[in-house]
Amino acid sequence: MTLALLIEQLLNGLQLGVMLFLMAAGLTLVFGVMGLINLAHGSLYMTGAFVCAWVAGTTGSFWLGLLAGVPAAAAVGALVEVGVMRRLYARDHLDQVLATFALILIFSEGARMIFGGQPMWLDIPPALSGHVTLPGGAGYPVYRLALIGAGLAVAAGLFWLIRRTRLGMRIRAGESDREMIGALGVDIAKLYTVVFALGAALAGLAGALVGALQSVQIGMGEPVLILAFVTIVIGGIGSIRGALVGAVLVGVVDTLGRIFLPMALKLVTDASSATSTGSAIASMSIYLMMAAILAVKPQGLFPADG
Amino acid sequence: MAERAERRARRRPFAAVWEGSAERRFNATLTLSLLAVPLVAIGLGEPYYANLASRAVILALAGVGLNLALGFGGMVSFGHAAFFGIGGYVAGISALAAFNGTPAVTWPVAVPGTDQMPPIWLAAMLVTGAVAAAIGAISLRTSGVYFIMITLAFAQMIYYFAVSWPAYGGEDGLSIYLRNGFAGTDTYDPLTFFLICFGCLLAALGLTSVLMRARFGAALMCARMNPGRLATVGIEPFPVKLAAFVISAMITGLAGALYADLNGFVSPSMLGWHMSGEIMVFVILGGVGRLYGPVAGAVLFVAMEHVFGGLTDHWQMLLGLILLGVVLFARGGLVGLLAGEARHG
Repeated sequence: MTLALLIEQLLNGLQLGVMLFLMAAGLTLVFGVMGLINLAHGSLYMTGAFVCAWVAGTTGSFWLGLLAGVPAAAAVGALVEVGVMRRLYARDHLDQVLATFALILIFSEGARMIFGGQPMWLDIPPALSGHVTLPGGAGYPVYRLALIGAGLAVAAGLFWLIRRTRLGMRIRAGESDREMIGALGVDIAKLYTVVFALGAALAGLAGALVGALQSVQIGMGEPVLILAFVTIVIGGIGSIRGALVGAVLVGVVDTLGRIFLPMALKLVTDASSATSTGSAIASMSIYLMMAAILAVKPQGLFPADG
Repeated sequence: MAERAERRARRRPFAAVWEGSAERRFNATLTLSLLAVPLVAIGLGEPYYANLASRAVILALAGVGLNLALGFGGMVSFGHAAFFGIGGYVAGISALAAFNGTPAVTWPVAVPGTDQMPPIWLAAMLVTGAVAAAIGAISLRTSGVYFIMITLAFAQMIYYFAVSWPAYGGEDGLSIYLRNGFAGTDTYDPLTFFLICFGCLLAALGLTSVLMRARFGAALMCARMNPGRLATVGIEPFPVKLAAFVISAMITGLAGALYADLNGFVSPSMLGWHMSGEIMVFVILGGVGRLYGPVAGAVLFVAMEHVFGGLTDHWQMLLGLILLGVVLFARGGLVGLLAGEARHG
């Protein structure tokens, strides 16, 4: 185990973490403000990635793709909010889970009908395709560093939006007392649509950015969605700060666990069983971490205090 | 009124069903039609439909399990695929061990594999029960949306474990080369296998019905509707809910073991969250907290899958739209729609 490997994996973990944050922020906002549990958030991630890949494939420019993918996800999110979600706010979580589960089926099949069942590929833009040298001598892709930067910038922007702007004030007010801000003349229906579209845009952004690292395919949003759920449960549902801390924790623990657990087990047992046992335990590590955190703090690390 | 109906029910049980509520008539019709499907199918020389009926019955059994936790106990578990899959893996591992003549478990005590269904069922229920006790003990500390997400996360944990653990096929799954036997009958005969599954389903429905009429059922309903009041009368809600969760998981685990035998195959997809969602869909589609709701839901689901699958490759789109319609506009599910009675509480 060298220092370079450790730094590289830490950066990978951080990169996964900030992308998870983009997903988790939308989920936690929608839950915090509207009390809605949205399984179809992964579909918005997929929408962003597919539109980005399609536009980038047609025009040859990743940036145009990104410019199309994020608004497309936001628009689809707004449509879904107006068409479906609006009817679910007053329902119990069971109905919300079922309706959004149905939306996943519709979105996945819809994407298959529009884009076909084959995975699509999204190339890393040429400006970001190089490598930088890390301390210790290993190369690290610039694109991943750019993802970390972009994710942190969006996180900072989101904190500013929530803490410092009028829209953020309304969102926070909506979290603590929706009747009161309605009585004060804020159009709640519009506010909800905006919040949902904002969450959808963040998910679409994450999908488009990560799409260049992996293939863009049907169902790509589902593993990320589960990780985002773990993230917000750890962080405390409804809390943006909790989502950030939870996302980085999940990203780093998951990434480091996958690399270092098999290596650590090799010290005590033979190589092949260390690899299989280590990777099996590593794949469970974030869930074990979640169970441990919930055993101590059932409401997550940063319980949203309304 | 109620006393008279009960006396009559004791005297002439079948008449009481027909003179009773619309829901009872619906249940009886559903059960008899379900039994008729494989009989007619085999009479017409179409054993495929008998297997389809077995599939519906097994999925209904999984739903009956979930309904105890979700419908009666108000515990919205989004992780019942874990129990379904574990039941399947117990059947698969045991059959593999019996086939190879190796022990199924080597630690802490060596247990030989078996290719007989009853001991496999027992093992499947014991293992799922133990896992459910651990998951339930942690998850029931929370409630509401946390409970949904935690059960989901635990199921995913087991899913990823199954994918990355190479001993039992990992991602590729595990084949059951010979369908497990049951008391010397030919389990490859579609009708025999159907009747075995049907018997299990009736037993689970009977158990649920008995449980819900007993003091335990009353306590469980109260734990859902008003846990504070339950605690004030001296019954701790937590053990009641945990017990219901464990029994619920055991029934779903039994369904998993049967499902593995039906397909001759176990794979991590049985543990995946799509499966959890589907089991939940059976319950909702049929009607939450209604005894026969999951049966109606599973039958409808399998029928839709079959009919739409024949119509178009994009049948999941239709399924999604119908499901969305049911959630938004037909609360109370199929049983509620057809029997037309509000559920209490």
